[in-house]
Parts: sequence; C-alpha cells; structure tokens
Amino acid sequence: MTRQMTGAKMVVQALKDQGVDVVFGYPGGAVLPIYDEIFQQNDIRHILVRHEQGAVHAAEGYARSTGKPGVALVTSGPGATNAVTGLTDALLDSIPIVVLTGQVPTFMIGSDAFQEADTVGITRSCTKHNWLVKETDALAATLHEAFHVATAGRPGPVLIDIPKDVQFATGAYTPPQKVSTSRYKPQLKGDMDAINELVAAMETAKKPIFYTGGGVINSGPAASQLLRELVEQTGFPITSTLMGLGAYPASGDKWLGMLGMHGLYEANMAMHDCDLMINIGARFDDRITGRIDAFSPNSKKVHIDIDPSSINKVIRVDIPIVGDVAHVLEDILKVWKARGRKTNKEGLAKWWGKINEWQKVDCLKFTQSGKTIKPQYALQRLEALTKSHDRYICTEVGQHQMWAAQYLGFDDPNRWMTSGGLGTMGYGFPSSIGVQMAHPESLVINVAGEASWLMNMQEMGTAVQFRLPVKQFILNNERLGMVRQWQELLHGERYSHSWSEALPDFVKLAEAFGAKGIYCDNPDDLDDAIMEMINYDGPVIFDCLVEKHENCFPMIPSGEPHNKMLLGDASTKDAIGNTGAVLV
Amino acid sequence: MSALQIKKGSSKHSAYNLRPNFSDVSEKHTLAVIVDNEAGVLARVIGLFGARGYNIDSLTVAEIDHAGHRSRITICTTGTPQVIEQIKAQLGRIVPVHEVHDLTVEGAAVERELALIKVQGDGEKRVEALRLADIFRANVVDSTLESFVFEITGTPEKIDAFADLMRPLGLVEVARTGVAALSRGL
Repeated sequence: MTRQMTGAKMVVQALKDQGVDVVFGYPGGAVLPIYDEIFQQNDIRHILVRHEQGAVHAAEGYARSTGKPGVALVTSGPGATNAVTGLTDALLDSIPIVVLTGQVPTFMIGSDAFQEADTVGITRSCTKHNWLVKETDALAATLHEAFHVATAGRPGPVLIDIPKDVQFATGAYTPPQKVSTSRYKPQLKGDMDAINELVAAMETAKKPIFYTGGGVINSGPAASQLLRELVEQTGFPITSTLMGLGAYPASGDKWLGMLGMHGLYEANMAMHDCDLMINIGARFDDRITGRIDAFSPNSKKVHIDIDPSSINKVIRVDIPIVGDVAHVLEDILKVWKARGRKTNKEGLAKWWGKINEWQKVDCLKFTQSGKTIKPQYALQRLEALTKSHDRYICTEVGQHQMWAAQYLGFDDPNRWMTSGGLGTMGYGFPSSIGVQMAHPESLVINVAGEASWLMNMQEMGTAVQFRLPVKQFILNNERLGMVRQWQELLHGERYSHSWSEALPDFVKLAEAFGAKGIYCDNPDDLDDAIMEMINYDGPVIFDCLVEKHENCFPMIPSGEPHNKMLLGDASTKDAIGNTGAVLV
Repeated sequence: MSALQIKKGSSKHSAYNLRPNFSDVSEKHTLAVIVDNEAGVLARVIGLFGARGYNIDSLTVAEIDHAGHRSRITICTTGTPQVIEQIKAQLGRIVPVHEVHDLTVEGAAVERELALIKVQGDGEKRVEALRLADIFRANVVDSTLESFVFEITGTPEKIDAFADLMRPLGLVEVARTGVAALSRGL
C-alpha cells in the first residue's frame, strides 16, 4: 500500500484518508507546495479566511458542531503566530483540531530566515502535542498520529510544522492503519469499584445533583443519550456548565439551567446545598466554583473525567472515576439497574420541593418597557422565532454570551459553540463560518457584542465569497458591556476605556462587503427584523441597538460562594469586597 | 499510601483511584519519568513545571535505551501531597511520556549524585583536604601544586556535607550532576 509521492501530496492524501472534507486556511511562501496540490484536486474544499486566527476558530466551530476534528492550514512565521490564540482556545475547551503550518526549509531553520518563527517552541504550551517533521518519510505517520492524538482521550489541538523542502521532497506514503498502532491510548473504562461506590451513594442520597460539562459532548452523541436516560430514570436534578449546554435538553423537566458565575439561582443554590454532587465531564472551573473553601460544603463529590489531571486539581473529590463519559455512564446504568433501580424517593421529593421554591424566585425575569430594546428581550424574541429551526448558535465573549446561555434553550448537543475557558473575543464570527460549512442547510446565528464582533470582522469577506449565510446578531450597547459592568460594581463607576466613540455603521459595513445589513432599535420592530434576517438567503449583519447600561444577572461576585448571588441592581451596592476585587 | 505508578493505557485499578489524605506539609519527592527520546521532550517537561509553578530541585536526563529511543528524566521536586499528585498527573498527560514513577512512595530507592569539587590551598589545609576526601571516599581526578579536583559520589546530603567541609579549606568551584535514582530490588 506504500506509495512514493511528494510531501505536499502526502498532506492532501492524508487529509483525504482521514475523512477531511474542508480545510480553513491562508496561503503563504512556506506552504505553496501544499496549496499547489490543493489546486489540483476536488475532494477537499479549501475556505480562504481573512486572518489565520479566523481559520483556527472556523476549524473549532466545524469540530464543535460535528464532533469531527477541524483542520486549518497556515504559513510559517506570522501565519503560525496568528494561529496561537485559536490553539489556546481549543486547548482550554478541549476541541479537536489539526493545524498544519509551513516552515522555512530545514537547512535554513535557526538562521532567522524570512518568515521564520520557532513554531513548535511557541505552540508547545498551547497544543496537546506538536511535531516538527524534518524528513518526508516520517510525514505520513506523523499526520495520522496527529489526528489520533487530537481526538483520543481528552480532545485538543495539535500542530504539525512542515518545512518547505520536506513538502517538495519525495518519500513513502502509508495510509492510516485500521487498528491504531499509536502508543497513546487513554483509559476509557472507569474503575468498577468506584462505580459501585457511586451507585451506592446514589441509592441513599437525599439531595443529589448532576453537574455536567463539555466532556459529555466531547464523548459523543451516545454519552448525551445515556445521560438523558440516567436523569430520567433516577429523577435527579441536573445542571450544566457553559460548555455542556445541550447534552441534556433545556426543555427537560429535570433541567435547572446553567450554573456558575452567571448561572441560574436554582442551579447554584442546589449545588451549594446538595449532599451528592456527580460531576460528569466538567472540571470545577473557577467560574463554576466561586470561593473554593465554601464550595458545596456538605456534599459527597464524585468526578468522572477522562483526564486524570483534572481529578483533585481544584476540588478534592471523594469518588474519582477516570474514564470516558459514555463508557462510565453505561456502567453506572448497568450497575444501578442490576441493584434494583433504587433511589431515596422521600428525600428526592423534599429536595425537588426546595428546588421548586428556588425556581419561584424567577431569577431571569426582566421588564421590557419603553422604546429601548433590552438585550434579554432581543434574545427571548430570537429564541421564540428560531427555536423551531434546525439551528446552531455561536457567541462571542461577554455579557451577550451569558445572556445567550441564559435565554436560549438547547435540546441537542453540538448546537452551541462558545469560547468558555479562554474567553476569546472574536471567536464567534469565524466559528459560525466553520459551523455553516459543516451544515450548509442549517440556520447558523452568531450572537455577538459589537466590540467582540469587530475583533474578527474581516471574515465578512470569507462569508460573502463562499456564500455562507451566517447571521451576525449583534447586541450593540456601544460598550464593552462586561468590562463596564465590573467597573460599575468594582471600580467606583469609573468607566476606563470601556466604550467606543467610533463604531462603524453596521448596515453600511455589511453593504460594503456585499452582504445585507439590518438595523433595529425599536422593540416593536424587532420581530419583523429578526424574521427578515432569518429569511434572507445570505450573510446578514443585524445591528440590534440595546439598552446601554444593562447588567448581567444573576451574578456570583468574585470571592463569594454559590449561595451569595446577586439577583439584580438593587443588591449590588458594595457587594464585592476587597478580596473579591483582585480576582477576575 | 501504597505504590503509586502511573502507566498509560492500564485498564483498571488506576492509581488515580487511590485517595490520599492530603496535608499542607511540603514533601520532597524523586520522580523517574520515562520518555521518548525526541526533540523537545525535555522542553515539554520543564515547560510544565514553569507554567504551573512547580519546583525543580534537581533534574537529570540521558538516553537509557538507544534502540528504543527512550530517555529517563529524574526530577527531584518539593510540594504538598496534592501538588505532587498534580505533577505526576500532568506529567502523565504529556504525549511522549511513557511512565511516571514516584520513587519516594514506591518503596526504597537508591539515590546517587556525582560532583566535581575544586579546592585551592597549600600546607596543612591541603593535607586536611586530602584526609577528608579519603574519609568521604572522594577520588582525586586532577592535581596541581596548589589545587585538587575531587570526584565524589553519594546522596545529595553527603555531597553537601563534603562541600561544607571543603569551604574553609579553599573551595573554589562545584559541579554537580543532579540525582540519578533507581528503586531497590525487583
């Protein structure tokens, strides 16, 4: 099966053999041989982005919405350094992507050649693994191993740096093996003793809660199905991190909503008061835990994670289970059923009674009145008018992101693309391009703030060129809303550099790129405007002018535990102490 | 705590299922890390310690299996039991890392370090340096009329003790290899 070919041809052949159908990239001197090969074939589509950061975020959007690895191809030097933010974003959110970078020829490495950068050195700490391939004969095996490492275990970004002479030279190409020969084989099955111990705890728990995360989605559709079965059969309440939305349906009756800093009151209160916390594929992120020493003080904690280093990293747990979520959930269900499907019915009924009281607080209520659109209202209408569509939502980072998580409901996994761990402003727009490429017939909406959106606005060119009908739903408050909110709460209302005095006319901007622009500043016109956006066959920039000084609530102030939430403006005065102010 | 050995791909009874009773007292641990001898692997290990704020007290690395492209990195580190557990788990995540052994908890281990120590002096001090070297079983590997270079092997504590004794006798320079360690028995 081994064939002789050039390194450049090998790259394209390996991508085909790995089932890649689209590559997001930007050409340059050090990748020209690969671009020459891309030109001479029709199996793989190449999407020309306008900036390498956009290529990596687009690959992330593709990966998150399909579960398959996304691929980006960029040149050496600035091409590689521009990819760093996207790589770090994918590392923190465990997104499988393969980034190919060109490099100066091997004999020029280290000479400060034109467009030379130490790419593997720069990206060592922002990839799961990376390789510099110095021999064409080693290229095929490295490409296949890269796809394996990116997707196996806890997924993540990988990078292959390919010098230009390696692309030109001829070597032996071997297709991927049916059975992986890789030494990298993370543990999938959980320890049965620990699973038995967990089931025993589930049988007696009076106040249990499932706390789920992106690991459920990364584990694949089977994991979401098993989770739903487990929740329905046990009747335990469930909450999720930002990254895990959609694994359990938002329309499900056991759903408490998102937890964390801007999570729902009932979810956070239940986390604080529970006696059994079952963490499935989440990582006790600081946006979730709040103050560590007051985090859920009276609960037995269980942590299911495929990455052993997540265990006891932040929160000490009582029952750690290292394994893949789907494998572990299957075993939990099997053991729980075999032991007679027992739960503490009486305790659970009381627990739900308490939760129902918290739910009555109705922490997301707001009043839409007057002539200004409240951002929450805009999202509520967007939800109502798009819910029945085959819909994918991306976001940028900030207040709008939190409101989108609160007011939009996700009934399926892989429908929600957001930058959680790194919090990358500028993620959403290119990500929506990647999602639309993977799902050409679906409605893809990027819920954005105007400041985040401007960070990668050059990708309008990509959307128009490739006729990708992505909808850019911009909640425009002419502010860096989350920064402004923190300055109001923490920095004496001194709004240092948190607004822009020179925003573009977004409608004209859309038209300048050859797209459609829609402007709306009146609540009465909002529904019609949203319908116009949905029905337009092409990319749209929707400039939705919203209330400028709206704050995002509920909020757990920095340095406080879950049960010290701020519910609205009245409760914010001096809410955050000096120790909280130093936290982010 | 029983033997803690992190091997990738092991299917059950993972070491991570041990539940150590963490304390806040710092401990010294000696870790042996078996890695693929490939470009950048040492940078990955050192970068991990730097990025996550762990201590490196000493570090040695050399290829141990040329045909198998394996190297052994011996790291002496200090941290609370929770930090030590994190260090081992984080090392285990690095793709070219094959095995992580905590020699401090895996039963008895032999630890040795080699040092070259240059001492300058004449008269009685010179004689005294030689006498002490004999007691510590240090060898003279270079000699001039006014200096010696001693070669000494032993635990880091023994080398510390020898260097401390040489200081008043005219210690000029010390070169140490860092610790190499193996578990005792089979």
